[in-house]
Amino acid sequence: MRYEAPDTIDAAIAILAAEDGIARVLAGGTDLLVQIRSDMIEPDLVVDIKNINSMRSITPENGGYRIGGAVSCAEMGEHADLCAQWPGVVEAAELIGSTQVQGRATMTGNLCNCGPAADSVPAMVAAEAIATIVGPNGRRDIPVEDMPVAPGKSSLTKGEIVESVFLPARPERSGDAYLRFIPRTEMDIAVVGVGISLTLDGHGTCTHARVGLGAVAATVLLVDDAAKALIGTRVDDAALDKLAAATSAACKPINDKRGTIEFRTKVAGVLAQRVAKIALDRAGK
Amino acid sequence: MSGTHVSTTINGDAVEYVCDVEETLLDVLRNRLGLTGAKEGCSTGDCGACSVTVDGRLTCSCLMLAVEAEGHEIGTIEGVANGSELHPIQQKILDHAALQCGVCTPGVVVAVKALLEKNPDPTETEVRYWLAGNLCRCTGYDKIIRAVMDAASEMRGS
Repeated sequence: MRYEAPDTIDAAIAILAAEDGIARVLAGGTDLLVQIRSDMIEPDLVVDIKNINSMRSITPENGGYRIGGAVSCAEMGEHADLCAQWPGVVEAAELIGSTQVQGRATMTGNLCNCGPAADSVPAMVAAEAIATIVGPNGRRDIPVEDMPVAPGKSSLTKGEIVESVFLPARPERSGDAYLRFIPRTEMDIAVVGVGISLTLDGHGTCTHARVGLGAVAATVLLVDDAAKALIGTRVDDAALDKLAAATSAACKPINDKRGTIEFRTKVAGVLAQRVAKIALDRAGK
Repeated sequence: MSGTHVSTTINGDAVEYVCDVEETLLDVLRNRLGLTGAKEGCSTGDCGACSVTVDGRLTCSCLMLAVEAEGHEIGTIEGVANGSELHPIQQKILDHAALQCGVCTPGVVVAVKALLEKNPDPTETEVRYWLAGNLCRCTGYDKIIRAVMDAASEMRGS
């Protein structure tokens, strides 16, 4: 295994492009190191991106925030303005692993690993986040929901790196939230995860909503029908019932040791209601 | 393949080592530098026995390549006591009998020190969440939490 730690993204792209063997990008390393040490993968090349300054910062942009691909989840939690604007995304990122893991792990890594139960991804999907990808053929932007194509498999092509994730500006009276179900209180993998972002008009009617749903399908889902259940309503009990039904209907889960199909389907609806209430509360403040 | 040369700082001292790129920081601390306080428990970032700080931030040394330490400041359990004088966190863990086998203890001490530097007056809930990644199979955690609350109180001078 070779290790490279370039200080520009162009150098990183060139190094990756020149590698014929198995190459991996190293950001926090909290998944990659486990994979390497357990012989799940044997990379010929590891490219550490943490020396690339442009990928280490959280930068205001057009009223939103651009989060560099090497920014740790803990750094997101320490950024007061980001927490104020996108509390749901930050709370999701801060659920990943332990304190130790959060100090290294990155939200971009969580996205690129394409785990169906990745905590930060439903929240990013709800937030309409955009991933900026750089590769041998230049730069491109994609909605984060287009990143995972299968468990553990992303839509990135050879030599591409996610340079940053952009969280857009949001109107007044907007709020977002993320909750997951786990059988213990911390340090576990989501059985179901739900992220919701919504916007209200001056009369308290929901004008815009996005619902991201995790751990109940091969990839994280954007659930349009669940969002439609909220839009045009005051997010009252009737709307929440429709939200729960639409969210449960979107589930295509598997049975595994963490939860049955029936349990996951039911819990997805219950969680969606709770998340919508938190997002509503935040939008009203 | 010849090793990679790394220049870093450990517990305030400039340290240089040569390592293989596959080696974790934990491997190098224990096997090349003789700093055996950090323990290998799970090797997957779940147990926290290998906890160190990197530029002040709590990290599992099993989840970091040793070559990533280049230019950074590493803090280990060996740097916590002041000579033969125990750090208040260490003393309180002894006072409260907050250990039995001791394998988790170095990681717990490093983690608590990082917490109290960031938040000198944590609630019990904050302590429990902060330490969620430091597994202990002996104490049932209660004595650890009492020791931490007591140490925090003493360190605040109250």
